Amino acid sequence: MMLRLLTLLLAMAMGLSASPLLAQSGPLRIVIDEGVIEPLPFAIPDFVAENAAASDYARNISRVIAADLAGTGLFREIPANAYLSNVTSFASPVQYADWKAINAQALITGAVALDGNGRLTVKFRLFDVFSQAPMGDGLQFGGSAGSWRRVAHKVADQVYARITGEGGYFDSRVVFVSETGPKNARQKRLAIMDYDAANVQYLTDASSIVIAPRFSPTGDRVLYTSYESGFPRIYLLNVASAGRQALDEQPGTMTFAPRFGPDGRRVVFSLSQGGNTDLYTLDLNSGQRQRLTQAPSIETAPSYSPDGSQIVFESDRSGTQQLYVMPAGGGEPRRISFGQGRYGTPVWSPRGDLIAFTKQNQGRFHIGVMRTDGSEERLLTSSFLDEGPSWSPNGRVIMFTRETAGASGAPGLYSVDITGRNLRRVPLEGSGSDPSWSPLLP
Amino acid sequence: MTPISKTLLVVAALAVSACSNPDRFGMGGGGAGGAYGANGAVSDPTSPAYFQQTVGDRVLFAVDESTISETARVTLEAQARWLMDNAEYAAIIEGHADEQGTREYNLALGARRANAVQEYLVSRGVSPARLRTVSYGKERPLEICSAEACYAKNRRAVTVVTAGASS
Repeated sequence: MMLRLLTLLLAMAMGLSASPLLAQSGPLRIVIDEGVIEPLPFAIPDFVAENAAASDYARNISRVIAADLAGTGLFREIPANAYLSNVTSFASPVQYADWKAINAQALITGAVALDGNGRLTVKFRLFDVFSQAPMGDGLQFGGSAGSWRRVAHKVADQVYARITGEGGYFDSRVVFVSETGPKNARQKRLAIMDYDAANVQYLTDASSIVIAPRFSPTGDRVLYTSYESGFPRIYLLNVASAGRQALDEQPGTMTFAPRFGPDGRRVVFSLSQGGNTDLYTLDLNSGQRQRLTQAPSIETAPSYSPDGSQIVFESDRSGTQQLYVMPAGGGEPRRISFGQGRYGTPVWSPRGDLIAFTKQNQGRFHIGVMRTDGSEERLLTSSFLDEGPSWSPNGRVIMFTRETAGASGAPGLYSVDITGRNLRRVPLEGSGSDPSWSPLLP
Repeated sequence: MTPISKTLLVVAALAVSACSNPDRFGMGGGGAGGAYGANGAVSDPTSPAYFQQTVGDRVLFAVDESTISETARVTLEAQARWLMDNAEYAAIIEGHADEQGTREYNLALGARRANAVQEYLVSRGVSPARLRTVSYGKERPLEICSAEACYAKNRRAVTVVTAGASS
């Protein structure tokens, strides 16, 4: 459905030279790995409404772009009341001196039109104020009026990508568990929302406990665990139709912790039988099941490497929960976590370079990252209960669950940069847990 | 077959369908008491209410353990005797964990605890055909404070009996 709402019209040239997107490596550049302390100041005057019907959209789209960029912690918006000049026409030349005077290093301008068929057209340009030059070509996006937030996220992704040199993550969604009620009578529903908590929609009702939804590599399907049958079992849900089917229904077993392989066809999950939990894969096309581990210990929370060749998982075979990596078809696991405490819920980054995990140590919970060989462990958060990291599409940000303590404790969704900076609560109304971040939408 | 035993059979059949869905009916998981309101008087030693309150339907576990303690053993001996004496009942054993742990691990830990109870009851002569296990991990705590006093009660396995053993 959404897939067809939006078409990206590339490079309308806009009277600019057709330079490749990231060719300009002038002074306006955030190299994220160097550790940004001082956010880059930018200005985004309200986009110009090219007709009266577009005026609300023009303002709202500008606001969403600004919120996306500022929300990364890498950028800081200069408030509009500091502006020395206004942008009243998308075509008129930029008064660089006016923007330089207020220390705006990046300037984003744009224009929005809404035609009689309810179709939005959004144009934008990015300028490097101190170099007095456009940064990349102007771009135009089209979409239905109802998809205006997505259009805004796409513009922000472009700006982010041009300035950082990395892919963006704003035009993405999160599937999670919406929670209501007290701890001893929690009601849980699967829900889906934009990455910034807009457009929350429910995918299941609250009649059964649901746990840990996971997006497919293309974001069109979700794996999750439900107690619908009275026992925990893994299900596959189609996001567009909300239709669902139970997978691997073997009587006398419990299945949970499912996750897609990068081909979107193979599923790795945990199966408990006779009190013992091991890892299995299921081929969604053939229905064929394969057992990957055969140990009396707990093996769970598996996650594929992005190339599909390996699986990281947690096991207590050493006596406590630790992280292991093994070949995707099974084989001798290699332990990678050796620090103090217990390690669980490992998730391979989409870039393949890091593994995010939950760590429990001395009564505290942490979200952390380590290299795939276990080296360079870095803890990003600390609280009464943090768990269940999920990667942003570009592998720069981690979203996770933070539950507060006590009788009135409740879970919320948080995000943090992999540098450990920019810890934020996702502005979801109400409680939520177990986020799974989609890939960038097409 | 007398009319009375027919009625009993219908009741038993209903109970079987209920027991296949412990979550929806909230037995043992949602809170103490309550669930057995319609399950006979405590004074009737063949009633589920008697099993729950007098025999004792739950055993507790140490942190991250699924070992049956001495105290638990006494309770499970009594559970096994009751189940042997009341062969018309089946049971679902629910394994639970406290909130100090990750979700998936706690599911697996709850499965271990439920299984430990099942194995014990089977070792005392209860037919495995009458027993099923389910793990709730940390999804259904009984006590809601974030302190050991509550955690200790949440690390439990609850034997929920329902009429209708599939003999």
